[in-house]
Amino acid sequence: MNWQRVWTIALKEYVQFFRDRRTVAVTILMPLIQVVLYGYLSSDVRYQPTIVWDQSQTAQSRELLQAFTNSQYFSIKYYAKNMQDVVHRIEGGDALTGIVIPPNYAKLLHQNKRPQVMVAVDASDATAARTSLSVAQAIGGSVSASMQLKTLHLSGAAVPRVGVDVRTRAWFNPSLRQEVFIVPGVLALVMQFTMTFLSMSTIVRERELGTLEQLIVSPIRSSELMLGKMIPLMTIGYINVTTILLLAVLWFGVPVVGSVLLLYFTVFIFFFTTLGMGTLVSTISKTYIQAMQLIQFFLMPSMLLSGFIFPVAAMPPVLQALSYLVPLTYFLTIVRGVIIKGVGIDFLWPQILLLTLLGLGVFVTAILRFRKRID
Amino acid sequence: MATTVRVESLTRRFGDFVAVDRVSFEIQSGEIWGFLGPNGSGKSTTIRMLCGVLAPTSGSAEVLGYDVARDPESIKLRIGYMSQGSSLWNDLTVEEHLRFYAGLFGIYGSAQSAAVNEWISRVGLTEHRRQLAGSLPGGFRKRLAFACTLLHRPKMLFLDEPTSGVDPLSRREFWELIVELADEGATVMVTTHYLDEAEHCNQLAFIYGGRVIARGSPEALKHAPEAGITVEIVSPDNIALLDTLDDLAYVRSASLYGSSLHVTLERGDDIATLQSVIEARGIHLPALTPITPSLEDVFAGIVTGSSASGSRPA
Repeated sequence: MNWQRVWTIALKEYVQFFRDRRTVAVTILMPLIQVVLYGYLSSDVRYQPTIVWDQSQTAQSRELLQAFTNSQYFSIKYYAKNMQDVVHRIEGGDALTGIVIPPNYAKLLHQNKRPQVMVAVDASDATAARTSLSVAQAIGGSVSASMQLKTLHLSGAAVPRVGVDVRTRAWFNPSLRQEVFIVPGVLALVMQFTMTFLSMSTIVRERELGTLEQLIVSPIRSSELMLGKMIPLMTIGYINVTTILLLAVLWFGVPVVGSVLLLYFTVFIFFFTTLGMGTLVSTISKTYIQAMQLIQFFLMPSMLLSGFIFPVAAMPPVLQALSYLVPLTYFLTIVRGVIIKGVGIDFLWPQILLLTLLGLGVFVTAILRFRKRID
Repeated sequence: MATTVRVESLTRRFGDFVAVDRVSFEIQSGEIWGFLGPNGSGKSTTIRMLCGVLAPTSGSAEVLGYDVARDPESIKLRIGYMSQGSSLWNDLTVEEHLRFYAGLFGIYGSAQSAAVNEWISRVGLTEHRRQLAGSLPGGFRKRLAFACTLLHRPKMLFLDEPTSGVDPLSRREFWELIVELADEGATVMVTTHYLDEAEHCNQLAFIYGGRVIARGSPEALKHAPEAGITVEIVSPDNIALLDTLDDLAYVRSASLYGSSLHVTLERGDDIATLQSVIEARGIHLPALTPITPSLEDVFAGIVTGSSASGSRPA
């Protein structure tokens, strides 16, 4: 390894990168824009527009509706005069939830009978609908329980002490804020895209331009050429990671609980792996377009399989097995572990080890393939 | 005189296609060795094999005493290769290019500055030092690419169509520099489409369909038997005559040459036959005599001769 030759390549790449201000702007800003978008879009399904047909119009029915409003998941926007209204608003998308209270609601309660309240949810978006339904169930349960207690109390009976008290604790993210979970994931996702894309294009561009042949005739080795191209890309990557982290902490209030040093170290391994993938793609494809398609072919499933959106533990076994071939899977666990849970190398070493092995495999294959391409 | 390049039965196939077919030649040190042939005839493939970019399918070649298959890295350190493709980046300046290539060949520090300054002035780019390569006109780009291959003072230069797309004046300057470098002791192998440029070479080889079909100095080639006999005809209607001549079996090639026709014939005896054919068409000409053919005539003659004799289908 001749470091002066490596540096010669790196210097050229630095000059070329920083010469084009537009590329610089895009490379620095794109990740930030993505973090902001994901950060805001991922926030919970709160304050869903709701339409109410309260046929009872009593203190009791208003109490029930108040419980819905207090949950913060429902925001009563419309009052219906008939079922038609409810259906129309939900069909038109103005309201996502409809609450229908029967006319005899107060009367039935009074007679100690169970009145039925209908909560209809637009379930086109299953995730949002699931949240609304379970919240509505819980509201129903808690309103009934408090009514029973009140009745028992009024009748002078002893309040029963039996029953299971399930106390929940949301660890690591006590206020259950989605962005705390999503933003570190976006960091990993954006870095995967940027690094594979940049390393792919830096080599494919040289091939398309014809300059690669000139580099091959020079005394430089494949490994020196690749390393020289990677050093500037890693610099750019670290700039991105730092700006994303600052944005996450200062803007979204994501706490970085664990060691930043450990995070930066594992980022290095992840860069190594993703740069290797980009290089590998560039050795397989002849043109930029081909390489772009190949990258997409790889990036899309890797995002879905990695656990970025869907938890790996909930996947069918075959997909779970596949997910272990995706470097992003390991890096996501590491990033979320360090940022959200604050765990250290004593917990994360298996992921770090596997990511390193995967990276080495990809990188060695890339170098070998690259050498072959010379022929 | 030492042998710088030695090529023996060098062959390269791409699948079923034989790009270079059992080519053999030698280049002596200090020679300007011209490699001529139409597009796709195997020139670039041969040069790529000699530079160690492409492995030969069979046969062997040595450059500066190193075997191209076994020791390509030793060759790469000592040669300069100017490929047909671009070796320049549009977003780097003239000086950045030279510093980059100097660095690749292990020239750093004050030696780098000295080499960069020397070659910037020798190729006449001093005033364009800080200009981006992307904004240079074609001829200047070629000069920059040339300078980039010279920084490490290679003993052997491979120039693949260095003057394509270059205006005539710049072409002449280019060749002055090539001759200068040869005088300083470099051996040069150069390919070109421009047959007038071939006159600058000490030795020439014609390659056609992957095979070397003629070799020798420009003078020797013009008088070689395989070049045929060339006569010059000046007639009132050259175009009409050209059509007639093309159909005659013993005419290897006929082409317009300014206001006259150059016709290459199989043998000296054919001159009289040709004369009578033309007379029969009512065109009266002074007696036809052989002339010294241009390299273009020689090349056209040799190519037709070799296809006709069936040595290799085109």
